[in-house]
Amino acid sequence: MKNIVLTLLAVSIIGIANAQTGNERGLKIAKAAEKADVGFNSSTVSLKMTLKNKNGQTSERDLTTKTLELIEDGDKSLIVFNSPKDVKGTSTLTFTHKVGSDDQWLFLPSIKRVKRISSNNKSGPFVGSEFAYEDLSSQEVEKYSYKFLEEKGSLLIVEQDPVDPKSGYTRRVVTYNKNKGYRIEKVEFYDRKNSLLKTLTYSNYQLHKSKFWRAGTLNMVNKQSNKETRLEFSNYNFDANLTDDDFTQVALKRAGN
Amino acid sequence: MKSKRNIFFGIVSFVLLNFMTINAQDKKEKKVVHEFELEVAAEYSYFYNDALFEGQKSYFPSIAFTPEYSIDWNKGRESLNFTGFFRIDRDNRRTHGDLRELYYQKAKGKYELSVGLKKIYWGVTESNHLVDIINQTDQTESFDGEQKLGQPMIQFTWSTDKYGTFDFFYLPFHRKRTFTGVRGRLRFPIVIEKNSVTYESGAEEFRQDAAFRWSHYFGAFDVGLSHFYGNGREPIFTFDSFGNINAFYPVINQTGLDLQATHNAFLWKLEAIYRNAKAQDFIALVAGLEYTFSNIDKNGLDIGLLGEYLYDERDELALNSMQNDVFLGSRIAFNDTKDTSILIGGLLDLEKSSKIFSIEASRRVGTSWKAQLEARIFNTIDSNELLLFNFTEDSFLKLTVSKYF
Repeated sequence: MKNIVLTLLAVSIIGIANAQTGNERGLKIAKAAEKADVGFNSSTVSLKMTLKNKNGQTSERDLTTKTLELIEDGDKSLIVFNSPKDVKGTSTLTFTHKVGSDDQWLFLPSIKRVKRISSNNKSGPFVGSEFAYEDLSSQEVEKYSYKFLEEKGSLLIVEQDPVDPKSGYTRRVVTYNKNKGYRIEKVEFYDRKNSLLKTLTYSNYQLHKSKFWRAGTLNMVNKQSNKETRLEFSNYNFDANLTDDDFTQVALKRAGN
Repeated sequence: MKSKRNIFFGIVSFVLLNFMTINAQDKKEKKVVHEFELEVAAEYSYFYNDALFEGQKSYFPSIAFTPEYSIDWNKGRESLNFTGFFRIDRDNRRTHGDLRELYYQKAKGKYELSVGLKKIYWGVTESNHLVDIINQTDQTESFDGEQKLGQPMIQFTWSTDKYGTFDFFYLPFHRKRTFTGVRGRLRFPIVIEKNSVTYESGAEEFRQDAAFRWSHYFGAFDVGLSHFYGNGREPIFTFDSFGNINAFYPVINQTGLDLQATHNAFLWKLEAIYRNAKAQDFIALVAGLEYTFSNIDKNGLDIGLLGEYLYDERDELALNSMQNDVFLGSRIAFNDTKDTSILIGGLLDLEKSSKIFSIEASRRVGTSWKAQLEARIFNTIDSNELLLFNFTEDSFLKLTVSKYF
């Protein structure tokens, strides 16, 4: 009897230890991916978003995005809509925080109003697309807990569980490529009922400044509704030398005008 | 008067030209971006009640053109921006044109300078815009006061990391408010001639006005403190015993506060002003909240609830008749590919029976069209309402279809 208890205890300790190494390895990979991307300082990029409904009808949006890298806290970003024309100039300024909710402002060009908006809505769709707000916000290591799943050649598969209860996901399964600066190749999103909701594939990768991998195409497929959203990035610029002054409410108004 | 105006616009264009030549010499950054856009909006307004005053019509087909042109260079840090506006309407006063914006802008580090005609928005609340004072309201364009005339200005902005943003405005010319004509609805028994509205200031529209605003954010709080000294944007109306209306623009000092706290799905809002002139001295405020239930159907549906309390010490002389009222409303956003959204609301007088209900809905059609529906319903307007009672029969529906080129 005693032996059985001891054996059970030993087995469960090994199990916990395994789980811990799994957690640690997952976190290590996420940190390695973050580290591989440190030092880009700032970037600008043009983005074409193509939304496809289940009947194959498409609609498009054009945006430009500016990003400022911050080390101590989350990144800052400024997004400007160029099309559809009725929303041209609509812009958002986001200060991501590693811990706590993000700060976000919206500029409405028709009445020139800047409005602080709640960043509470993480799971909602971004402009009718298959991307939720949380999919597009700066991916900080602190926002998830990790579990290493498997290694397939150079691919490392890690489960990420969102820390924020407002997230629309129970977990994400992320495929990293360790030979290519830990760039992400694929993400699977599981909804709150733990069924597969969406898959996101990264393709047309390019290496910028011989360090930073950026995908040219992101394709998000909703497995439950069969809708799709494709993001195509062009004109990446890592030499814009942006500063905090380019990420203020004054700059937000200027960008949207 | 005409020559004075010409001198003013002469000065503005001289300043603009000067800036342009200075920058033409500085040819380091060669990438120049031009953008042109034109919105053509066909509109049909229908007032379904019989008019209260003679000459007023019931339906108004109308068309408006809004061309926009901008050119920027120096990585977007310098630009020239133009927005025009022209409307043809059945009401000859609503047939009007305006230079909404025509300004040169230069940003450098923490500084930004704008010279020309521009539009500035201040404030946080939805049902009334008290703090917003830089631009004159284009009253013929909007019942809610959100459409503005271009304001000539020199604006200098200094943004600091620690102490917030400081805005300084020099406002050399006052624009008179537009009012509807004989055929138009939403007017008084007597048509107000724009030019019969006089000034307290001897310098009239050429009084040199100034304004200042400090704004900052601390975590969840966004705060703005402003002061304006100059020709008021709202005329003061006086009624003599013959029923004649006399109106003038007073010289005012107005201090404004706008505050918003953003906490989870709550937005807590406050706007308050203190306005002082020879003829008036009052405070007014709007305080309220907005709460959004987001992504209710897991398909993007957001339903926001709005509640605001409005107070104005002027009581019945408050131009928009919001002296002790409550606004309750809901903003519904579908977050679909067509950006469908609906704003419904009711403004309820806490002392009188007066109620104003409103609906504003919009949806994109195809890629470059947009349909908008607006309704304002004046319900059981109290006969003691000095100003609002004139609009008793002016409930309307308005459909607008816009094409963007």
